[in-house]
Amino acid sequence: MNGVHDMGGMHGMGAIKEDKSEPVFHATWEGRAYGVTRAMGGWRLWNLDATRFQRELIAPVDYFQMSYYERWIAGLVELMLKNNLVTRTEIESGRPDEGAPVRTPTFTADKVAAFISKGVPARRDVPAAASFRVGQRVRARNVNPVGHTRLPRYVRGKVGTVDRDHGIFVFPDTNAHFLGEKPQHVYSVRFDARELWGEQASRRDSVYLDMWDDYLAPA
Amino acid sequence: MTTTRRDLLTTALTAAAGATVTTKLASAEGADHDHDHDHHHDHDHQAVPSDPALRVKALESLLVAKGLVDRAAVDALIDTYEHKVGPRNGARVVARAWSDPAYKQRLLSNPDAALAELGYGGLQGEHMVVVENTAEVHNLVVCTLCSCYPWPVLGLPPVWYKSAPYRSRAVIDPRGVLSEFGLKIEENVEVRVWDSTAELRYLVLPERPAGSDGWSEEKLAALVSRDAMVGVAKIATPVQGDNA
Repeated sequence: MNGVHDMGGMHGMGAIKEDKSEPVFHATWEGRAYGVTRAMGGWRLWNLDATRFQRELIAPVDYFQMSYYERWIAGLVELMLKNNLVTRTEIESGRPDEGAPVRTPTFTADKVAAFISKGVPARRDVPAAASFRVGQRVRARNVNPVGHTRLPRYVRGKVGTVDRDHGIFVFPDTNAHFLGEKPQHVYSVRFDARELWGEQASRRDSVYLDMWDDYLAPA
Repeated sequence: MTTTRRDLLTTALTAAAGATVTTKLASAEGADHDHDHDHHHDHDHQAVPSDPALRVKALESLLVAKGLVDRAAVDALIDTYEHKVGPRNGARVVARAWSDPAYKQRLLSNPDAALAELGYGGLQGEHMVVVENTAEVHNLVVCTLCSCYPWPVLGLPPVWYKSAPYRSRAVIDPRGVLSEFGLKIEENVEVRVWDSTAELRYLVLPERPAGSDGWSEEKLAALVSRDAMVGVAKIATPVQGDNA
């Protein structure tokens, strides 16, 4: 979707503020927000792409008002509601509905270390034909899907060169909507900065994007 | 559907957690709205209409009561990123690459295996790419769409990396962004920006500073900053006398 999360190339966002002594979490609640979101992922009722899409659905006016972990919590609540893990009355009251079933957590403390060290690989060991080869000129498709995509607006319609083939990965545009993993090649594609931004960019500079097969056409 | 979410969260969970608590969001990370007026980011955020601390506390209590979340698992996740996984991991990798040319080659050609040699890999670093800074090329990493970042080697990303100013400008004005970090890149150096749009995660291998010949890996690792491994800094030449 053409949301405000797709920020590459936008102006007016202000100066970058670096805090040299920044803690990992700025307040206790940030760590709890992080941990609760991760822990709920352990029910495997959604996936990384669906999680990202849920945050993209946050209305622009709210997106810019919220801090990072506020967005996480807002997205998590929506995912839990959609999957009937909680009800609106429970969110409103802060306690379980009368007679609501009490489950037993599956993602327990003893599983944390293995989960973090293994991760959630997105590469798939399945056959998929590569439509493009390293060195080939390619054009990013000019598409405007209303669902989830990892094809930023600033690159659509632009011509670049395939720099490397990363192998076969889950396709977020379908996976986010539970329409299958549709595994396909992902390429690192190099775009001249001037192709993306015109004469104001340095002629030496470039931007590399990782792009799924379906995002590209021969140029 | 989206316009009601914030109201829902704001009113409901705050009430549930008890309205008598008035903890301020004193040092929480800045929302993206606060960049066009001049102030330090860790003030009280009046623009945030309710206290996220209360809402998150109420939500966690609800999920624990429903048997959906194990509080000890949340504790363990937090502990991992507060105390175990962070940029010191990446610094160790860089120091090894500087010290061992064969390791550096493996790191650039097969990063997942090379990182695993030092025990690093996993969540949000399942598929790594390492890009090398040289006298001719400077690399800069961003995620314009969200906040993708190589957790196993750098930990969780800092606020500036996740913020709208960095995400919007790194791709269109990388040299301007770098100058804000105090880094001037010469015109004859190529700047390569890596937008983390897929599940590959990027680590910059900085240039080894002059004046560090013969240093141990441990001593070299102490020179390596997180910012240099994202590409917004270089590693300064150690001052005379450091190599005592």
